[in-house]
Amino acid sequence: MNNLFPNVDWAQMWASTGETLYMTAIAVLATFIIGLFLGLALFLTGKGNLWENKFFNFVIAAIVNIFRSIPFIILIILLIPLTLFLVGSMLGANAALPALIIGAAPFYARMVEIALREVDKGVIEAAKSMGSSNSQIIFKVLIPESLPALISGITVTSIALVGYTAMAGVVGAGGLGNLAFLEGFQRTQNDVTFVATVIILIIVFIIQLIGDNVTRTIDKR
Amino acid sequence: MITLDAVKKIFQTKDGAVNAVDHVDLSIEQGEIFGIIGYSGAGKSTLIRMLNMLERPTSGDVTVAGKNLSQLSNRELRKARQEISMIFQHFNLLWSRTVKENIAFPLEIAGVPKEERQKRVDELIKLVGLEGRGESYPSQLSGGQKQRVGIARALANNPKVLLCDEATSALDPKTTDSILNLLVEINQKLDLTIVLITHEMHVIRKICHRVAVMEDGRIVEQGPVLDVFRHPKEFITKDFVKQITEPEETTDMIKQLASEKPQSKIVQLTFVGGNAEQPVITDVIRKFDVQVNILQGKVSQTQNGPYGTLFIQLEGADQEVDEAVTYMNGQKVEVEVISYE
Ligand SMILES: Nc1ncnc2c1ncn2[C@@H]1O[C@H](COP(=O)(O)OP(=O)(O)OP(=O)(O)O)[C@@H](O)[C@H]1O
Ligand SMILES: [Mg+2]
Repeated sequence: MNNLFPNVDWAQMWASTGETLYMTAIAVLATFIIGLFLGLALFLTGKGNLWENKFFNFVIAAIVNIFRSIPFIILIILLIPLTLFLVGSMLGANAALPALIIGAAPFYARMVEIALREVDKGVIEAAKSMGSSNSQIIFKVLIPESLPALISGITVTSIALVGYTAMAGVVGAGGLGNLAFLEGFQRTQNDVTFVATVIILIIVFIIQLIGDNVTRTIDKR
Repeated sequence: MITLDAVKKIFQTKDGAVNAVDHVDLSIEQGEIFGIIGYSGAGKSTLIRMLNMLERPTSGDVTVAGKNLSQLSNRELRKARQEISMIFQHFNLLWSRTVKENIAFPLEIAGVPKEERQKRVDELIKLVGLEGRGESYPSQLSGGQKQRVGIARALANNPKVLLCDEATSALDPKTTDSILNLLVEINQKLDLTIVLITHEMHVIRKICHRVAVMEDGRIVEQGPVLDVFRHPKEFITKDFVKQITEPEETTDMIKQLASEKPQSKIVQLTFVGGNAEQPVITDVIRKFDVQVNILQGKVSQTQNGPYGTLFIQLEGADQEVDEAVTYMNGQKVEVEVISYE
């Protein structure tokens, strides 16, 4: 091992892997909750739906679209004041979280909206005809019936988030991206860059595998 | 049980206003199976959807089980809907739930405790004949089985009224029959009022007590099924009745025969209720010097007794034929001399 990758400090490598996993996990969790909430709001205020409201729908759609369109690297820079306020520093894994979440949640919100739109209108109507309240329709019909799409959406989003963490790493947020940039690229130790890349690929691969499996088992269509 | 008073529904669309339901008055009794028939676009779905306020009337009153639905608050309406169930053409089951969980859905909505729910679900599964399929998902069921789940789900909260929006239109004839039989069974067993809409006359024939015919948003004719079959007044009603009595090939065959023997007369006899077995034909042959050719005959069962039609060709001297027709007119059958020009 040491002959093959002479410059790799394995303790440092595993620590960075841990940071990447930490950033990804927290960001995925927060993105899932915020994105689900935004996506539901986007869907429910849409035309012909439970809380149809042109104004709110327009506002939410505008926010989602704007944040979805800003390139992530620029978003990090724009969010420096917010990050400093929330985290107190631009260094370390926590510093990446605000940008990761604000970058990914709108992206996921769109996927949630699309997933909810795929729910059979007839089934929603049937639930209404049985006397369901709006919250019962949301929790007993909309979410369970769109769950496979919600899960495959969060899988895609998680993979994008792994990429984002690497980018955030370049500007100082720690993790494998940070390691590959500082130790690998700047000090021209290509073996470090290589190993970091392979570990990122493995993480992506595992996320995809888990996501696909969960989607497959819950999809009874 | 159900009264509609001057009910109107106007949809505003980009192409202008659509009068989907136009001033409908209707009264449906407790325990009856009431059918509404009409062609596509007549406004049937819109009408039935106003019976549980899935569609709100533009004007007029809908009263179901003593409650004026348009005056209820949201909460009261949700409560009222538990007594007005609905089944659908495309079943509208939740694919993410098993058969049992689908049937339990309305019970969850109504806040029934878990143990009671399970007991009730088991009863319902037995009632609709789905024993052993409780743990299946809808995707593993046939159309007929899915509709049985739909019916079980609709009956879960012991409703007073069952609304059926083209409940058998997606099914093959044999499955349709079994679902219709199930509806009759629950109508009798539970004294449930059933309103169904369809574009198929044989559905009406088979299970309805009364029928209303709908055209362009209006009810153009209504009455007990046998009466409407016997004396259809409107052109559209006659058209629907023909679905039962007269398959297309009959019309062609009769035209053919009539042109081959222009001196003969072709007569349609309609037997209703207890008269369906009367020996009218035997009498005619005995009493008059005419030759009778039976062209086509059919007896079908309705909820109010049998209903039959018979097409015969009479040959003989003009006077004898006329007298035979007069004689038959005097019997308890409807007689119509057919001419196809
Ligand atoms: N939500 C709507 N918005 C605008 N127009 C509508 C709407 N729903 C129904 N209509 C119109 O109302 C009329 C009656 O429609 P409805 O669906 O009640 O007919 P139907 O008798 O059920 O027909 P089918 O047998 O095809 O189901 C049609 O002209 C239809 O285009
Ligand atoms: Mg319809």
